Amino acid sequence: MLLSVRPILRAIGATVVPEADRLDEAEWMALERIVADALAARPRAVRRQLLLFVRLLQWLPLVRYGRRFTQLDAARRTRFLETLQNSAILLLRRGCWGVRTLLLMGYYGRPEAARAIGYAADPRGWEVRR
Amino acid sequence: MIARGYDVVIVGTGAGGGTVAQALVPLAAAGRRVLVLEQGPRFSDNEFSGRELDMAPQLYRDGGGFLTADGTMTLAFAQAYGGSTLVYTGTSLTAPERVIRRWNVPGLDHADLARRSHRYLVENNVHLLPPEEINDNNRLFADGARAAGYQVEQFPVNVLGCKGSSLCNLGCPNQAKQGTNRRQLPAAERGGVEVVTRAQVVEIGADRSLTVRVAPKPAGAKGAPSEWEPGVYRVQASAVVLAGGAVGSPELLLRSRLPGAPPRIGAGFTCHPALILVAEHAQPITNDVGHPKSYFVDRAAEEGFVLETCMYFPFTTAKALTGFGAGHSAMMRAFPRLQQILVLAVDHATTENRIVVNRAGNAVVHYQFTPEALHGLVRGNRAAARIFFAAGALRVHAPFAEPPVLTRTDTETLDRRIAIAHWLPGKQTISAAHLMGGCGMGRTTADSVTDAWGRVHQFPWLRVADASLFPDALEINPYVTIMALADRVAERLLTDAPALLD
Repeated sequence: MLLSVRPILRAIGATVVPEADRLDEAEWMALERIVADALAARPRAVRRQLLLFVRLLQWLPLVRYGRRFTQLDAARRTRFLETLQNSAILLLRRGCWGVRTLLLMGYYGRPEAARAIGYAADPRGWEVRR
Repeated sequence: MIARGYDVVIVGTGAGGGTVAQALVPLAAAGRRVLVLEQGPRFSDNEFSGRELDMAPQLYRDGGGFLTADGTMTLAFAQAYGGSTLVYTGTSLTAPERVIRRWNVPGLDHADLARRSHRYLVENNVHLLPPEEINDNNRLFADGARAAGYQVEQFPVNVLGCKGSSLCNLGCPNQAKQGTNRRQLPAAERGGVEVVTRAQVVEIGADRSLTVRVAPKPAGAKGAPSEWEPGVYRVQASAVVLAGGAVGSPELLLRSRLPGAPPRIGAGFTCHPALILVAEHAQPITNDVGHPKSYFVDRAAEEGFVLETCMYFPFTTAKALTGFGAGHSAMMRAFPRLQQILVLAVDHATTENRIVVNRAGNAVVHYQFTPEALHGLVRGNRAAARIFFAAGALRVHAPFAEPPVLTRTDTETLDRRIAIAHWLPGKQTISAAHLMGGCGMGRTTADSVTDAWGRVHQFPWLRVADASLFPDALEINPYVTIMALADRVAERLLTDAPALLD
């Protein structure tokens, strides 16, 4: 489902979570699997809108920078997404929030990422922490 | 289509459905056939892994990300044996008298609700956790709130043998939380009530029949297969009790298009819109171990907000933080030093906020944030920030501040830094889990869907027994009040049974 948008999705992913830039191929695949599963579970209309918005993110920077999103440097990618996040147009803010949320899910939903930030909840609770 | 016949069919197994199921055991004992239909699966005890992305998609509708029509808020509600009592934190409060008085429902008085609530508080082992089980995340809230001049109260919780996994919202992995899945439903089943899971009610007919689609267990999914063979059933009933929740019950009624149904079905939806504030301390604190929700500050009556302790999982926390990039990542990397507070706003029923169904018959929730709710969120943001700093936090992430990160030098200017002007729908993450209204109680079809006993106007055989009955926001966690109202619905159904079921 994500194959056609993989380069743009990864570029956005590394902007949303800068550490994602250091993921290897297997880790990116794990992230993308989470995103794909989440999309598959959403209503079809939501799925379609989000994928369309990802494609839109690739081309919208042409208007401002004369380059596609994947061709921008990291600072410009950040500035561009911030502009959308604060846009006066609800549809752009919503789209930005949706794609950001999916990528945060893909990144922090991986057990390795949870461990890396020090999250250590355990079903055994206090028993393993005292 | 396979045909089945029952005396009473209950739709839903949450706080409402589970309560009614147990209360109707005397009917089952008397030889009446009582059926409970649940759209979600029945999980076994060993299936609660506590892993966020392993559990949330299995437990919640749309994985917990059910969006309102304009996409500016997510609604969290469970679909499983036990409904949302499976995934909430077990906090158990009795309805405030001022709220029930304001509801002004003829035949409903606070003393009656309080009496019934007390019975369920006892039945569900509701009590205060001892101090040694309170973690730093909660203790800092209590200390900070007192230092900032707020009155702090401890949440009574319905746990038995809590190990402090902190994973309540993903279903307790130790079965400590005494939701309907642990108490009322097993008691009902022991008493002869039949429960069928993975069974979605597609439609209710005016002839008291229900079209029910029983789904097969998807490959790789958790939970037991349905008790019935997959397929489409026509279930004939003498009485039907809707307890599918504040989204599910109006959705089913609207989809069914019963001739003469009250026009206010779906109206009056409220949800206590909420957002999460996150603060960073200098030292690690215990936050991902211990019960996550031990204290609250109730400013609903005075300022339109309630603050609750909370601690969410990595993805939910990441989603709650506004923005992205290096600053966002830095806050996430501080996870062992993070404290969290949930701000809930009081939102009263309006004509705009309502549930409708789309062409496919699925619920669409129209919700506009009222100025009252937004001001409640802003005031709650400010209060939470004060509490964090009073507790010693170094930095606070407040969604209604711009930029959202505040430092201790901002303490004197919080009222300016946190302001309604910074609210941008669709930018900040706002979610709600106290879903209420849609089949509100009242006098007639002009102002309501049911009477004070959950009887749908003009349909004596059709009852509602869940949070959709609330004619307006409850201003506290709704679980115990749902049980108290469901208890009333069941009592009246037992009284009416001779006439209804023969």
